[in-house]
Amino acid sequence: MSYKSIQKLLVGSAITAALAFSGLAQADYPEKSVSYVIPFGPGGESDITARHQQPFFKKLFGQDLIISYKPGGGGAVGWSQLNTIKGDGYNMMGINLPHIIIKPLQKNVGFKTEDITGVYMFHYTPDAIVVREDSPFKTIEDLIAFAKKNPNKLLFSGSGKGTANHLAQVRFDEMTGIKSTYVAFKGTGKAVAALLGEQVLAEWGYTSVGAKHEGKVRMLAVATESRHPRFPDVPTFKELGYNLVSGAYRGIAVPKSTPEDIRIKISDAIKAINNDKEFRQRMENDGMVLLDVPYEKMDAFLDQKSEEYISAAKLADVIK
Amino acid sequence: MLEYLFDALTPLNLLLALAGVVAGTVIGSLPGLTATMAVAVLVPITFTMPVTSALIMLGAIYTGAIYGGAYAAILLNTPGTPSAIATTFDGYPMAKRGDGDLAITLACIASVVGGLVGAFFLLVLAPPLAKVALAFGPSEYFWLALFGLTLIAALSTGNLIKGLMGGCFGLLLASVGSAAVSGDIRFTFGSTTMIGGIETVSALIGLYCIPVLIDLVAVSGQHLTITGEQRGYRLKEALAISWKSKFNLARSSVIGTFVGILPGAGGSIAGLVAYNEARRAARDSSKFGHGAPEGVQATESANNATVGGGFVPTLVLGIPGTPPDAVILGALLVHGLRIGPDMFNSEGSIVYTFIFGLIIATLLMLPAGLIIGRYAYKSIITVPKALLVPTVAFMTLIGAYSIRNSVSDVFIMLVLGGLSWILNRFGFSPSPIVLGLILGSIAEEGFVQSWTIGAATENLFGTFFGRPISMTIIAMIAMGMFYPLISKRIQLKRLQKETME
Repeated sequence: MSYKSIQKLLVGSAITAALAFSGLAQADYPEKSVSYVIPFGPGGESDITARHQQPFFKKLFGQDLIISYKPGGGGAVGWSQLNTIKGDGYNMMGINLPHIIIKPLQKNVGFKTEDITGVYMFHYTPDAIVVREDSPFKTIEDLIAFAKKNPNKLLFSGSGKGTANHLAQVRFDEMTGIKSTYVAFKGTGKAVAALLGEQVLAEWGYTSVGAKHEGKVRMLAVATESRHPRFPDVPTFKELGYNLVSGAYRGIAVPKSTPEDIRIKISDAIKAINNDKEFRQRMENDGMVLLDVPYEKMDAFLDQKSEEYISAAKLADVIK
Repeated sequence: MLEYLFDALTPLNLLLALAGVVAGTVIGSLPGLTATMAVAVLVPITFTMPVTSALIMLGAIYTGAIYGGAYAAILLNTPGTPSAIATTFDGYPMAKRGDGDLAITLACIASVVGGLVGAFFLLVLAPPLAKVALAFGPSEYFWLALFGLTLIAALSTGNLIKGLMGGCFGLLLASVGSAAVSGDIRFTFGSTTMIGGIETVSALIGLYCIPVLIDLVAVSGQHLTITGEQRGYRLKEALAISWKSKFNLARSSVIGTFVGILPGAGGSIAGLVAYNEARRAARDSSKFGHGAPEGVQATESANNATVGGGFVPTLVLGIPGTPPDAVILGALLVHGLRIGPDMFNSEGSIVYTFIFGLIIATLLMLPAGLIIGRYAYKSIITVPKALLVPTVAFMTLIGAYSIRNSVSDVFIMLVLGGLSWILNRFGFSPSPIVLGLILGSIAEEGFVQSWTIGAATENLFGTFFGRPISMTIIAMIAMGMFYPLISKRIQLKRLQKETME
């Protein structure tokens, strides 16, 4: 072996080593499994969407995403403990709008909206007006006409009070000048059961209801910016002249003690999952709309949403 | 249809069914670890499996966990899962008099019978039965909860006032935390510990298990006394008793199936209602509460029947019948399966293979349950008290914590436990409190919703009293309330007749 070739070899191996090292530096997060706490019980939509993320996290980053549950107080139990968890980048928690905005304004629930460090909002489930397949209501106008003739008698079921469903109902009533009645149920499943069981005339539900119960229910309108790819025939409220874009927004937060650079890394990781084609497909099939609000845009996003939600919640008498 | 049976009988599916039943039974037997949690923990494992195998395993875990709840109920007076509350009423007295082994074998047989009846209804009648789930509106749930509350009267014979006081205390506990429907935060006294409310399972552990633990420490002698020599499984005896109460088993299983179909009612209510009906139908109801085998049989058959019943709305409507069903439904969605009435046709191979798998798992529960039950019984009676008490105490802490990963629940469990022990001294039993706690939020939800609907449609009276199913339940409540008076009358008349003759 000549001197030159030895030199070549050395240089070559130095380059490989450098490359390998830089690769390591890139992959330094995550080095181990990441805990992902859902502040609701298993089986709900927050759980299901997290379960959708789970395999893609593993696929993209080679580490497990471990989902656990801390239900109670409509999420308050979990969020009130968020900042007590170690902020090392291996702990994160699901966050939901409007919950984290409305709850602290109702009463002392152990956390304030500004205590929560959101790093990414990854999707929302748009609000939608849902009726039974055999309902005489064919359009939103039918519904409005009925409500105008029969004040208070247009009965909507919906999931919970002070929730996306409830605030959408309040805002829609205000926009149209109708007076409808909102009957709160514990969770979307029971609200759908009330619709199918003819306890109510319509439901303020989500697009996911339309996806899950296809064939039994129809959606009259959805609260998205543009038509949902899964439901090309369902108009948006916007195109019907009602400026209603709303739903249950879901994202991820970290403990306050998490360093700035790791917050950005987590934000990027969630973004990478959102960019996965198969993930997008699965989420859209379930009726979700993917959303990309990264860490640096979180504050502006929350401010804008707060304004909408707080005024609606005041109208609904949910907050004083 | 038969080809689906063979699909379910593949070695992999059989193995998963057996593993599921064993895992479920063990998890369910530990106080605090519920069927819901057992299923939730194992969901990720199923992502790599074919859908049917995943379903079979989850169903097997579920059914095993419901049965496993009986062990702690019988041997420690602590319902391992909420479904087993009514099992404590007669199971523990049986264990105290040395019949714990018999009670466990009876519970196993009853669970298998109940499970099979529930699965049979699911197999044959699921789509029409799903209509029952939808026919139950807010007012029906309200009355059903009230009907459940009348059980307090039956549970506290001779002590009605104390029973009612306990029930009211339970109702008060149910209203702590964020309200069922409105989300209002109530009775937290400014403390964030109470925001999540009183969690049922941790309350169960506190109310039932802590007094037993305190008494174990306070009283000398073994936990359960055994008279005579070991008698094995006592299977023959148990089978004879089961055959004698075949009507009880059939009735309880049907009740369990129907209550299971109602979303949100669940195994605890099924067990309680079946227990009450068994007691009412019995020739000599005075034995109930003092170790009547019929009480254990009624509860255990009913709660396992809710498994099949609960899958009816889950698979037909996509609306979970019970909390574990919600988790299984979520798993199915992640598997990419569309749920709905068409599923029985379009995805028939999955649905029917699963139902046969559930039946097989239920049958496997007989040998598996007997063996595990025998082991549980032996270890509880042979382990020295100095080891038993710390082990159980440790389990109560872990159980109360793990239900929501919350330290608050441990505090609440301990406080309620201490309270329960003191109340026991004064002749209050924990059962009415638990009844109030479980049924309070269901009643509240139904009442608020019915009131909203009634007020909006200007038909308040009709909403509450005018619906056929509501009227039937109201009649049953009236019967339940006046039954003690009527039965006394009848007995008196009979006595008079006899003396006249």
